[in-house]
Amino acid sequence: MQLYGTEITSRLMLGTAQYPSPAVLAEAFRRSGAGIATVSVRREAGGERAGAAFWDLVRELGVTLLPNTAGCHSVREAVTTAQMARELFDTPWIKLEVIGHADTLQPDPFGLVEAAQILSDDGFRVFPYTTEDVVLADRLLDAGCEILMPWGAPIGTGLGLTNIYGLRTLRAQFPEVPMVVDAGLGLPSQAAMAMEMGFDAVLLNTAVAKAGDPAAMAQGFARAVEAGRLAYEADPMEPRDMAAPSTPVIGKAFLE
Amino acid sequence: MKITLNGTPTEVRAETLAAVLDELGYGEAKVATAVNENFVPAAARGQTTLSPGDRVEVVAPRQGG
Repeated sequence: MQLYGTEITSRLMLGTAQYPSPAVLAEAFRRSGAGIATVSVRREAGGERAGAAFWDLVRELGVTLLPNTAGCHSVREAVTTAQMARELFDTPWIKLEVIGHADTLQPDPFGLVEAAQILSDDGFRVFPYTTEDVVLADRLLDAGCEILMPWGAPIGTGLGLTNIYGLRTLRAQFPEVPMVVDAGLGLPSQAAMAMEMGFDAVLLNTAVAKAGDPAAMAQGFARAVEAGRLAYEADPMEPRDMAAPSTPVIGKAFLE
Repeated sequence: MKITLNGTPTEVRAETLAAVLDELGYGEAKVATAVNENFVPAAARGQTTLSPGDRVEVVAPRQGG
Protein backbone atom coordinates (compact mmCIF):
# COMPACT_ATOMS: atom_id res chain seq x y z
CA MET A 1 0.00 0.00 0.00
CA GLN A 2 1.34 3.42 -0.95
CA LEU A 3 0.45 6.54 1.02
CA TYR A 4 1.78 9.78 -0.47
CA GLY A 5 4.44 7.80 -2.30
CA THR A 6 5.61 5.87 0.77
CA GLU A 7 5.29 2.10 0.76
CA ILE A 8 3.54 0.87 3.91
CA THR A 9 3.60 -2.85 4.55
CA SER A 10 0.92 -3.10 7.25
CA ARG A 11 -2.70 -2.06 6.84
CA LEU A 12 -3.03 -1.52 10.58
CA MET A 13 -2.18 1.91 11.95
CA LEU A 14 -1.95 2.31 15.70
CA GLY A 15 -2.11 5.21 18.15
CA THR A 16 0.39 5.67 20.96
CA ALA A 17 -1.89 7.10 23.67
CA GLN A 18 -3.46 5.66 26.82
CA TYR A 19 -1.28 2.58 27.29
CA PRO A 20 -0.63 1.48 30.88
CA SER A 21 3.14 1.84 30.39
CA PRO A 22 5.76 2.47 27.70
CA ALA A 23 6.69 -1.22 27.83
CA VAL A 24 3.11 -2.27 27.11
CA LEU A 25 2.97 0.23 24.26
CA ALA A 26 6.13 -1.22 22.72
CA GLU A 27 4.87 -4.79 23.08
CA ALA A 28 1.51 -3.88 21.55
CA PHE A 29 3.27 -2.36 18.55
CA ARG A 30 5.49 -5.39 18.19
CA ARG A 31 2.54 -7.78 18.10
CA SER A 32 0.41 -5.50 15.93
CA GLY A 33 2.97 -5.29 13.16
CA ALA A 34 1.67 -1.74 12.61
CA GLY A 35 3.67 0.31 10.12
CA ILE A 36 2.42 3.72 11.16
CA ALA A 37 2.08 5.24 14.63
CA THR A 38 0.10 8.37 15.40
CA VAL A 39 1.63 10.89 17.78
CA SER A 40 0.83 14.39 19.01
CA VAL A 41 2.39 17.54 20.42
CA ARG A 42 1.56 18.85 23.88
CA ARG A 43 2.81 21.55 26.22
CA GLU A 44 6.15 20.96 27.92
CA ALA A 45 7.54 22.76 30.97
CA GLY A 46 11.15 23.93 31.22
CA GLY A 47 13.38 21.11 32.44
CA GLU A 48 10.62 18.51 31.97
CA ARG A 49 12.20 16.60 29.04
CA ALA A 50 9.18 14.30 28.70
CA GLY A 51 9.17 14.98 24.97
CA ALA A 52 12.69 13.67 24.55
CA ALA A 53 11.85 10.47 26.43
CA PHE A 54 8.77 9.85 24.29
CA TRP A 55 10.71 10.67 21.14
CA ASP A 56 13.27 8.00 22.04
CA LEU A 57 10.48 5.49 22.69
CA VAL A 58 8.71 5.99 19.35
CA ARG A 59 11.92 5.97 17.35
CA GLU A 60 12.70 2.55 18.77
CA LEU A 61 9.38 1.27 17.43
CA GLY A 62 10.83 1.54 13.92
CA VAL A 63 7.56 2.74 12.40
CA THR A 64 6.56 5.73 10.29
CA LEU A 65 5.21 8.57 12.42
CA LEU A 66 1.97 10.38 11.68
CA PRO A 67 1.57 13.45 13.94
CA ASN A 68 -1.97 14.66 14.61
CA THR A 69 -3.71 17.92 15.41
CA ALA A 70 -5.95 16.25 17.99
CA GLY A 71 -8.05 18.57 20.09
CA CYS A 72 -7.84 21.50 17.70
CA HIS A 73 -11.14 23.29 17.21
CA SER A 74 -10.14 26.11 14.86
CA VAL A 75 -8.34 26.33 11.54
CA ARG A 76 -5.61 28.53 12.97
CA GLU A 77 -5.02 26.23 15.92
CA ALA A 78 -4.81 23.20 13.64
CA VAL A 79 -2.46 24.90 11.18
CA THR A 80 -0.11 26.16 13.90
CA THR A 81 -0.14 22.75 15.59
CA ALA A 82 0.66 21.08 12.27
CA GLN A 83 3.58 23.45 11.71
CA MET A 84 4.97 22.70 15.17
CA ALA A 85 4.51 18.96 14.60
CA ARG A 86 6.31 19.12 11.25
CA GLU A 87 9.34 20.64 12.91
CA LEU A 88 9.32 18.28 15.90
CA PHE A 89 8.80 15.05 14.00
CA ASP A 90 10.57 16.11 10.82
CA THR A 91 7.76 14.94 8.53
CA PRO A 92 5.29 16.64 6.18
CA TRP A 93 2.65 14.07 7.14
CA ILE A 94 -0.17 15.35 9.30
CA LYS A 95 -3.35 13.70 10.53
CA LEU A 96 -5.60 16.71 10.36
CA GLU A 97 -8.29 16.97 13.02
CA VAL A 98 -10.46 20.06 13.23
CA ILE A 99 -13.10 19.20 15.79
CA GLY A 100 -16.51 20.81 15.47
CA HIS A 101 -18.58 19.27 18.25
CA ALA A 102 -17.54 18.61 21.84
CA ASP A 103 -19.65 15.54 22.61
CA THR A 104 -19.20 13.61 19.38
CA LEU A 105 -15.76 15.01 18.43
CA GLN A 106 -17.23 15.20 14.94
CA PRO A 107 -14.98 16.99 12.46
CA ASP A 108 -15.90 20.57 11.54
CA PRO A 109 -16.29 20.03 7.78
CA PHE A 110 -15.86 23.70 6.89
CA GLY A 111 -12.76 24.22 9.03
CA LEU A 112 -11.35 20.89 7.88
CA VAL A 113 -11.46 21.83 4.20
CA GLU A 114 -9.99 25.28 4.89
CA ALA A 115 -7.15 23.89 6.99
CA ALA A 116 -6.48 21.09 4.48
CA GLN A 117 -6.09 23.66 1.70
CA ILE A 118 -3.72 25.85 3.73
CA LEU A 119 -1.59 22.90 4.79
CA SER A 120 -1.50 21.28 1.33
CA ASP A 121 -0.42 24.61 -0.18
CA ASP A 122 2.32 24.75 2.47
CA GLY A 123 3.73 21.35 1.44
CA PHE A 124 2.04 19.14 4.02
CA ARG A 125 0.77 15.68 3.16
CA VAL A 126 -2.64 15.80 4.77
CA PHE A 127 -4.48 12.80 6.23
CA PRO A 128 -7.88 14.35 7.01
CA TYR A 129 -9.97 12.87 9.81
CA THR A 130 -13.39 13.19 8.24
CA THR A 131 -16.90 11.76 8.22
CA GLU A 132 -18.43 9.48 5.58
CA ASP A 133 -19.88 12.54 3.78
CA VAL A 134 -19.17 12.20 0.05
CA VAL A 135 -19.48 15.91 -0.67
CA LEU A 136 -16.99 16.73 2.04
CA ALA A 137 -14.70 14.02 0.67
CA ASP A 138 -14.80 15.64 -2.76
CA ARG A 139 -13.91 19.03 -1.25
CA LEU A 140 -11.00 17.52 0.65
CA LEU A 141 -9.64 15.94 -2.51
CA ASP A 142 -9.98 19.33 -4.25
CA ALA A 143 -8.04 20.86 -1.33
CA GLY A 144 -5.07 18.64 -2.06
CA CYS A 145 -5.69 15.57 0.10
CA GLU A 146 -4.70 12.31 -1.57
CA ILE A 147 -6.08 10.11 1.19
CA LEU A 148 -9.24 10.15 3.28
CA MET A 149 -9.76 8.96 6.84
CA PRO A 150 -13.49 8.57 7.52
CA TRP A 151 -14.61 7.76 11.03
CA GLY A 152 -16.24 4.44 11.83
CA ALA A 153 -17.84 5.96 14.92
CA PRO A 154 -16.98 8.85 17.25
CA ILE A 155 -13.45 8.71 18.72
CA GLY A 156 -13.10 6.41 21.69
CA THR A 157 -16.59 4.91 21.53
CA GLY A 158 -15.75 1.44 20.25
CA LEU A 159 -19.08 1.30 18.45
CA GLY A 160 -17.64 0.05 15.17
CA LEU A 161 -19.06 1.04 11.79
CA THR A 162 -22.19 3.00 12.67
CA ASN A 163 -23.09 4.05 9.13
CA ILE A 164 -22.32 1.13 6.87
CA TYR A 165 -24.39 2.54 4.02
CA GLY A 166 -22.50 5.86 4.16
CA LEU A 167 -19.10 4.21 4.31
CA ARG A 168 -19.94 1.84 1.46
CA THR A 169 -21.11 4.78 -0.64
CA LEU A 170 -17.96 6.76 0.13
CA ARG A 171 -15.79 3.78 -0.80
CA ALA A 172 -17.64 3.28 -4.06
CA GLN A 173 -17.58 6.95 -5.05
CA PHE A 174 -13.79 7.27 -4.90
CA PRO A 175 -12.40 3.84 -5.78
CA GLU A 176 -8.87 5.10 -6.47
CA VAL A 177 -8.43 7.10 -3.26
CA PRO A 178 -6.68 5.36 -0.35
CA MET A 179 -9.06 5.33 2.59
CA VAL A 180 -8.40 4.53 6.22
CA VAL A 181 -11.24 3.96 8.67
CA ASP A 182 -10.11 6.05 11.60
CA ALA A 183 -11.75 6.08 15.01
CA GLY A 184 -14.61 4.31 16.71
CA LEU A 185 -13.44 0.74 16.31
CA GLY A 186 -13.67 -1.44 19.42
CA LEU A 187 -13.28 -5.01 18.22
CA PRO A 188 -11.24 -6.86 15.60
CA SER A 189 -14.44 -8.03 13.88
CA GLN A 190 -15.28 -4.39 13.16
CA ALA A 191 -11.84 -3.85 11.62
CA ALA A 192 -12.28 -6.98 9.52
CA MET A 193 -15.61 -5.66 8.28
CA ALA A 194 -14.05 -2.35 7.24
CA MET A 195 -11.36 -4.22 5.33
CA GLU A 196 -13.91 -6.55 3.70
CA MET A 197 -15.71 -3.41 2.47
CA GLY A 198 -12.57 -2.39 0.59
CA PHE A 199 -11.06 0.18 2.91
CA ASP A 200 -7.29 0.19 2.58
CA ALA A 201 -6.40 0.30 6.26
CA VAL A 202 -7.72 1.02 9.74
CA LEU A 203 -6.38 3.32 12.42
CA LEU A 204 -7.21 2.73 16.06
CA ASN A 205 -5.91 3.45 19.50
CA THR A 206 -8.34 3.12 22.40
CA ALA A 207 -9.51 -0.39 21.48
CA VAL A 208 -5.97 -1.67 21.95
CA ALA A 209 -4.67 0.62 24.67
CA LYS A 210 -7.70 0.17 26.93
CA ALA A 211 -8.01 -3.60 26.49
CA GLY A 212 -7.12 -5.72 29.50
CA ASP A 213 -4.23 -7.14 27.50
CA PRO A 214 -3.29 -4.50 24.92
CA ALA A 215 -0.62 -6.61 23.21
CA ALA A 216 -3.01 -9.53 22.67
CA MET A 217 -5.69 -7.18 21.36
CA ALA A 218 -3.16 -5.59 19.02
CA GLN A 219 -2.36 -9.00 17.56
CA GLY A 220 -6.09 -9.75 17.30
CA PHE A 221 -6.61 -6.59 15.28
CA ALA A 222 -3.62 -7.43 13.09
CA ARG A 223 -5.09 -10.81 12.20
CA ALA A 224 -8.56 -9.32 11.62
CA VAL A 225 -7.15 -6.67 9.29
CA GLU A 226 -5.25 -9.30 7.35
CA ALA A 227 -8.31 -11.58 7.21
CA GLY A 228 -10.56 -8.77 6.05
CA ARG A 229 -8.16 -7.69 3.34
CA LEU A 230 -7.73 -11.26 2.08
CA ALA A 231 -11.51 -11.61 1.93
CA TYR A 232 -11.86 -8.37 -0.03
CA GLU A 233 -9.20 -9.43 -2.52
CA ALA A 234 -10.79 -12.88 -2.81
CA ASP A 235 -14.03 -11.44 -4.27
CA PRO A 236 -16.63 -12.71 -1.75
CA MET A 237 -19.78 -14.58 -2.79
CA GLU A 238 -23.05 -12.71 -3.06
CA PRO A 239 -25.41 -13.31 -0.12
CA ARG A 240 -28.85 -14.72 -0.94
CA ASP A 241 -32.10 -15.10 0.94
CA MET A 242 -32.91 -18.75 0.24
CA ALA A 243 -30.84 -21.77 1.18
CA ALA A 244 -28.74 -23.51 -1.46
CA PRO A 245 -27.27 -26.91 -0.56
CA SER A 246 -23.51 -26.98 -0.63
CA THR A 247 -23.29 -30.79 -0.68
CA PRO A 248 -24.18 -32.24 -4.13
CA VAL A 249 -27.81 -33.34 -4.41
CA ILE A 250 -27.11 -35.70 -7.30
CA GLY A 251 -25.88 -39.09 -6.19
CA LYS A 252 -27.50 -39.02 -2.77
CA ALA A 253 -28.59 -42.50 -1.68
CA PHE A 254 -32.32 -43.04 -1.99
CA LEU A 255 -33.30 -44.57 1.34
CA GLU A 256 -37.02 -43.97 1.68
CA MET B 1 8.34 41.50 31.62
CA LYS B 2 5.32 39.31 32.10
CA ILE B 3 4.38 36.87 29.35
CA THR B 4 1.98 33.94 29.29
CA LEU B 5 3.86 30.66 28.92
CA ASN B 6 1.71 27.64 28.15
CA GLY B 7 -1.25 29.43 29.70
CA THR B 8 0.54 30.47 32.88
CA PRO B 9 1.57 34.10 33.63
CA THR B 10 5.37 34.04 33.79
CA GLU B 11 7.93 36.76 34.62
CA VAL B 12 11.01 36.69 32.38
CA ARG B 13 14.11 38.89 32.02
CA ALA B 14 15.27 37.85 28.54
CA GLU B 15 13.90 39.54 25.44
CA THR B 16 14.20 37.05 22.59
CA LEU B 17 12.30 33.78 22.43
CA ALA B 18 15.57 31.82 22.30
CA ALA B 19 16.89 33.56 25.43
CA VAL B 20 13.57 33.11 27.25
CA LEU B 21 13.66 29.37 26.54
CA ASP B 22 17.18 29.25 27.97
CA GLU B 23 16.13 31.25 31.00
CA LEU B 24 13.23 28.91 31.70
CA GLY B 25 15.36 25.76 31.56
CA TYR B 26 14.45 24.36 28.14
CA GLY B 27 18.10 24.17 27.11
CA GLU B 28 18.46 21.62 24.32
CA ALA B 29 14.96 20.19 24.87
CA LYS B 30 13.12 18.88 21.81
CA VAL B 31 10.41 21.54 21.60
CA ALA B 32 8.51 23.59 19.05
CA THR B 33 7.21 27.09 19.66
CA ALA B 34 4.44 29.51 18.80
CA VAL B 35 3.98 33.15 19.79
CA ASN B 36 0.49 34.66 19.79
CA GLU B 37 -0.79 31.60 17.90
CA ASN B 38 1.82 31.89 15.14
CA PHE B 39 4.43 29.17 14.65
CA VAL B 40 8.00 30.32 15.25
CA PRO B 41 10.56 27.96 13.66
CA ALA B 42 13.54 27.02 15.81
CA ALA B 43 15.86 28.93 13.49
CA ALA B 44 13.88 32.14 14.03
CA ARG B 45 13.78 32.10 17.84
CA GLY B 46 16.95 34.18 18.16
CA GLN B 47 15.48 36.99 16.08
CA THR B 48 12.02 36.82 17.68
CA THR B 49 11.71 39.59 20.26
CA LEU B 50 8.96 39.15 22.82
CA SER B 51 6.73 41.89 24.19
CA PRO B 52 4.86 42.05 27.50
CA GLY B 53 1.64 40.07 27.31
CA ASP B 54 2.82 37.78 24.52
CA ARG B 55 1.36 34.30 24.58
CA VAL B 56 4.11 31.72 24.14
CA GLU B 57 3.40 28.05 23.56
CA VAL B 58 6.15 25.47 23.96
CA VAL B 59 5.27 21.92 22.93
CA ALA B 60 7.07 18.59 22.67
CA PRO B 61 6.37 15.13 21.22
CA ARG B 62 3.64 13.25 23.08
CA GLN B 63 1.40 10.21 22.80
CA GLY B 64 -1.46 10.58 20.32
CA GLY B 65 -4.27 8.70 18.64
